Amino acid sequence: MAIEVRIPTILRTYTDGQKAVEGSGDTLAGLLDDLDARHPGIRGRLVTDEGSLHRFVNVYVNDEDVRFLGALDAPLKDGDSVTVLPAVAGGAR
Amino acid sequence: MLTLPQAMVDAIVAHARRDHPDEACGVIAGRDGVATRVFEMDNAERSPTFYRFDAQEQLRVWRAMDDADEVPFVIYHSHTATEAYPSRTDVTLASEPDAHYVLVSTRSDTDVELRSYRITDGQVDEEPITVV
Repeated sequence: MAIEVRIPTILRTYTDGQKAVEGSGDTLAGLLDDLDARHPGIRGRLVTDEGSLHRFVNVYVNDEDVRFLGALDAPLKDGDSVTVLPAVAGGAR
Repeated sequence: MLTLPQAMVDAIVAHARRDHPDEACGVIAGRDGVATRVFEMDNAERSPTFYRFDAQEQLRVWRAMDDADEVPFVIYHSHTATEAYPSRTDVTLASEPDAHYVLVSTRSDTDVELRSYRITDGQVDEEPITVV
C-alpha cells in the first residue's frame, strides 16, 4: 500500500502527464520529499524557500484541507489519498 | 476563440452585478471544448479587489467535474472598478493552463464588459467570444 497523490494539470509536466502518482511518507513533508526524489522539482512548486506550504496551493488529505491538519506536519498513513489543487485566485490589485 | 451560450453569459454577468462591489468568481465546466454548466463560487476573500475560491468548495466542484468527465473550461471573475483585463495578480496566479479566463467589469451600471483570455506562463492572449 502507498499514498495516492492526485496531480493538477499545471504540475503534470513533472509526472510525465500522469494524473495520479504514488508516494510514501509519515507526514506531508515526508511525502513531498519522496515525490521530489522521483519527480524532481515538484516539491519546489508546493513549498516555499522558507519551508512552508505555498499560500496559493491547496493540499487535501482524504478531502480535508491540510491547513487544518498541521500543514506540512499533517500525519499520513498507507491508503491515504492526497489531492493537490492550485488555488484559483486573483483580483484587480 | 471561446463559444458560450447566451444563458451562461447572462448568468455570470448577473452574478458579477449581484456581488458588486465585491469581486465575483466562478467556473464554467466543459467537455470536449463545449461549455456544460456554470458553478458560481463563493469569493472566500469577500473583497472588492481580490478573489479566491473557497478551498473546500473548490475540491467539491473539481471532483464533480472529474466524475462527469468535465474540465474547468472557463474561470471567470469580476473587476468592480477597473477594466475587464487581467491584472498582474491575475497573471501571476493563473493556474489552469487549459482554461479560458473570462473577466467581467461591473464599473458601469449599464454597459456589459466581458472579455476572454488565455493565460499561459505569464503570457496573456485575448481571444474573441462568440455568443450563441
